[in-house]
Amino acid sequence: MGRGARGWFWLAVAVVAAVAVAGRTWAGAPRPSEVKVGIVTFLSGAAAAPFGIPARNAAEVLIEELNAGRVPAPYSTRGVGGVPIRPVVIDEAGGAEKQVAEFRRLVLDERVDLVIGYISSADCLAVAPVAEELRALLVLFDCGTHQIFEERTYRYVFRTHGHQILDNVGAARYILRIKPEVATIAGINQNYAWGQDSWNTFRDSMRRLKPDVRVLAEQFPRLFAGEYSAELSALLAARPDVIHTSFWGGDLESFLIQGLPRRIYERSTLVLTTGDTVLPRLGQQIPPGVVIGARGPHGALAPNVPLNRWFREVYTSRFNVRPVYPAYHMSQAILGVKHAYEKALAANRGVWPTREQVAAALRGATFETPSGTIRMALGNGHQAVEGVAFGITSRYNSATKEMELTRVLSFPAECVNPPEGMKSEEWIARGFPGAKCP
Amino acid sequence: MKSVSRLGWAGLVGVLVLAGWLLPRWLVFLLALALAKGVAVLSVVVLMRAGLVSFGQGLFFAAAAYAAGFAMRWGVRETLLLVPWSVGVAVLVGALAGLLVARYRDIFFAMLTLALSMVLYGILIKAYGVTGGSDGIRIPTPTLLGVQFSGEGARLVVYYLAVAATVVAAWTMGRYDRSPAGYLAQAVRDNELRVAYLGAPVPRVVYLGFLLSSGLAGLGGVLTALNVGHVDPGLSYWTTSGELVFIAVLGGTGSVMGPLAGAVVYELIRSYAFKYAPYAWQMMLGAAMLLIILFLPGGLWSPVERLWRRQTT
Amino acid sequence: MDKLAVIAVDGLVFASWLFLVSAGLSLIYGVLRILNVAHGGLFAVGAYAGASLVVAYSAAGLWPLGALLALLAAAVASGLVLGLVVERGVLRWTYGREPVMQLLVTFSVFLILEDLTKLLWGVSPYYAYQPYQLLGQARVAGIDYPVYSFLLLVVAGGTGLGLWWFVRRTRFGRLVVAVIHDPEISVAMGVNLARVYVTTFTLGAVLAALGGAFTAPMISVVPGIGVEVIVLAFAVVVVGGLGSLEGAAVGALLIGLVRAAAVHLVPVLELFTIYLVMAAVLLVRPLGLFGRIEARRI
Repeated sequence: MGRGARGWFWLAVAVVAAVAVAGRTWAGAPRPSEVKVGIVTFLSGAAAAPFGIPARNAAEVLIEELNAGRVPAPYSTRGVGGVPIRPVVIDEAGGAEKQVAEFRRLVLDERVDLVIGYISSADCLAVAPVAEELRALLVLFDCGTHQIFEERTYRYVFRTHGHQILDNVGAARYILRIKPEVATIAGINQNYAWGQDSWNTFRDSMRRLKPDVRVLAEQFPRLFAGEYSAELSALLAARPDVIHTSFWGGDLESFLIQGLPRRIYERSTLVLTTGDTVLPRLGQQIPPGVVIGARGPHGALAPNVPLNRWFREVYTSRFNVRPVYPAYHMSQAILGVKHAYEKALAANRGVWPTREQVAAALRGATFETPSGTIRMALGNGHQAVEGVAFGITSRYNSATKEMELTRVLSFPAECVNPPEGMKSEEWIARGFPGAKCP
Repeated sequence: MKSVSRLGWAGLVGVLVLAGWLLPRWLVFLLALALAKGVAVLSVVVLMRAGLVSFGQGLFFAAAAYAAGFAMRWGVRETLLLVPWSVGVAVLVGALAGLLVARYRDIFFAMLTLALSMVLYGILIKAYGVTGGSDGIRIPTPTLLGVQFSGEGARLVVYYLAVAATVVAAWTMGRYDRSPAGYLAQAVRDNELRVAYLGAPVPRVVYLGFLLSSGLAGLGGVLTALNVGHVDPGLSYWTTSGELVFIAVLGGTGSVMGPLAGAVVYELIRSYAFKYAPYAWQMMLGAAMLLIILFLPGGLWSPVERLWRRQTT
Repeated sequence: MDKLAVIAVDGLVFASWLFLVSAGLSLIYGVLRILNVAHGGLFAVGAYAGASLVVAYSAAGLWPLGALLALLAAAVASGLVLGLVVERGVLRWTYGREPVMQLLVTFSVFLILEDLTKLLWGVSPYYAYQPYQLLGQARVAGIDYPVYSFLLLVVAGGTGLGLWWFVRRTRFGRLVVAVIHDPEISVAMGVNLARVYVTTFTLGAVLAALGGAFTAPMISVVPGIGVEVIVLAFAVVVVGGLGSLEGAAVGALLIGLVRAAAVHLVPVLELFTIYLVMAAVLLVRPLGLFGRIEARRI
């Protein structure tokens, strides 16, 4: 290619790019025959059974009920503003690189109207900038990292659930409420960002709330290790009052199975921030006196509101098991999207909204879900806040086949989330300024 | 023979350039990913020339990708600086690692390279404050000659960068194959002891191959990083390295074209199998691999090559 | 002092488990000179088979300790079937090819087994904790250990001694030794190479499945457990010296103790211990602790 040819080439590239960009902003106007939603969740791999499959099940049953117009108020219109929803379900396995490719394919090839997805924080962080680049609506539904909206601002990316800060600040507050005499703590968390973040947040919150608390052990076994004999010995030898873990899935179950015959529960109070997912699975393998979290008011800790009673009922009758927290997270994302579409539709006087208008409607929105009222209060209205609830296992209920929870305490969103504009680490380090706790 | 091959190459580059124009954008992205991987696969093939199989190319792949990430964090956004810098870091890592592993052969070489890449994986996960742990580092869109592209333009820049890098990598590889070092490497594979007795510097030959290999893997890594826009420790996990070896054998290690073709086929198979059979795609890959090893020992590209040779002679 | 005792016990428990999951890999490499990546897949199948048999057995309400025999039966059955199928169906066509090709063939078999377990058993976890808990616990240095962990010690020890006896003391074992030293001369002397290979591979597969089956009661059996085991088993075998059973035992012990010490003393290093031990040993003894130097052929 000569020098001139190269110039022509780039000119052509620029023209193509300009046309493509312009073409997209003209979109909108006529009412489509369906709203196509990409749903990305783990269908295979270690995160499938505990998170991915319950989330997919929730999407399946909720979309079907929405399309049939059987969901209670305020969601009783069919589909989205009368237009049926069509899900395209994709496996989240394969790593961030694979997911970026799949996201591009969903948006550009399948031409979905929006994508709801991502359980892994690495996938969320990798895909979010791509959504901005493609100007595609993306609703993150389950990933835990607090970074996304604290590091930069987005126009097209939303998260309709609270991040890991509320789990672990909530856990610390709960422990001090039920066990104010606690003097020593220890942690066992998986050796990757989720485990490290969770433990740091819990430890720092405990230190802030009760400065004389001592940390006796910090174990970080590798992810999917499965064998925790030595770690359990170390925890048993340390004899802390409280052991915090953000383990999930097979690792959590293996840890509990191995911990039971070693009587770890007799010496220390265990705090399982994702404990809700294993309650229906392990039944009596979880002894009394274990603190259970659900990453918000979900699952066993969900509020007793009509929407939750309805959701639990349709989910349980379809899948023969009650919904766990990832299913609630999924319902928040889908209902948030429906709320935003219908709000935009009303603001647009019935003309089908553009992506930008839907995004504007979701920004800062407040909507009802089975987990209670969700407010998009952080990250310029892109990040939801929720309250959080914890409980302690008491006795086995042979009807539900899971342990019952007692001493359930709820903390409102203002108590366990940093205020808008403040980074989480700073909020904890400064002693939770602005937190309003009952 | 030579003119035909040159014609073939020109044709291929033409097709790749046109592909950037004509193919849907998500496929262009996939193609760029495949080319980046193809370059990294060449790095496996370089070592195979000397009879060595590395299960730790992820070491250089990730080192270069993270080097790009850090440079961006320090404010360097220029592609033409990022690529040489990242490849340089990978070669430096290769120069150090090579001192350690170049003495080893066979399965010991494989395991030691694997161990080194896993140590890097561990460091990337552990040094959370610096590397972002398993969440990784974001790679913003780079500039080219100071011009900041965005959206589609940025994609195309990265794609054509991958095409250019592929051409450079393939050319380098071709030169290496026909250089004294390249011929010696093949002799080392066939009979190392005899080569040593003939007075040839076996350690230096292996070390040189190792350096070239680390550079190529690094080039693949930085291209992947720029294309995906995100790097995470998974790049250094042993399955990433295993995948590269897998693609090398899939495509065939006899030529330069084979690994590149293998990478493209692999990405396409993976993309479609993922869509239609999430529970059976590994099985399909495994079965395809078995069939190729048992019935097409030279790899996917070998029939094409045979045809080519028949026509040119 | 207590801490040392606990580290020793934890190290031994982990080492016995490591030996159990790597013995089969070592045996197969020793005889067939193939690094069997499918080992991880066979481990997973053994775990699933063991778990589902224990679940069925426990539901039947029979003699509780019989669950341990159920584990054994599941391991032997799945190992026998898969070992024969893989060796006769695939592996035997690759004898004489480059080691890398053979390694990739076993890698392909591993990929197929991964999805096969998903198709057969689904992605939901299986639990077989009954055998783990019914043996009760024992107290060492003030800390409770499940007796099952010590049972693993016995199973691993028994496996090791059994293998040693098989290789050193039986007629077939001597044939195996002959094949290890020189396959060509063995064939010339009338050894049925195919029979030695198929028997060894099947035995190795049974051992892999055994490792999986006896791991199943301690864990939640989920997809992907095979991948985790491969690297661990490789590390043990490489540290000990490829193909050496004594080496695998010593390698398992070394890694087990170092890891236990790391967990108790410097938890930050836990992630690296295995690779650091491997790299350190290979730097000092490039062929592993018990690796034999082979005659070079010019």
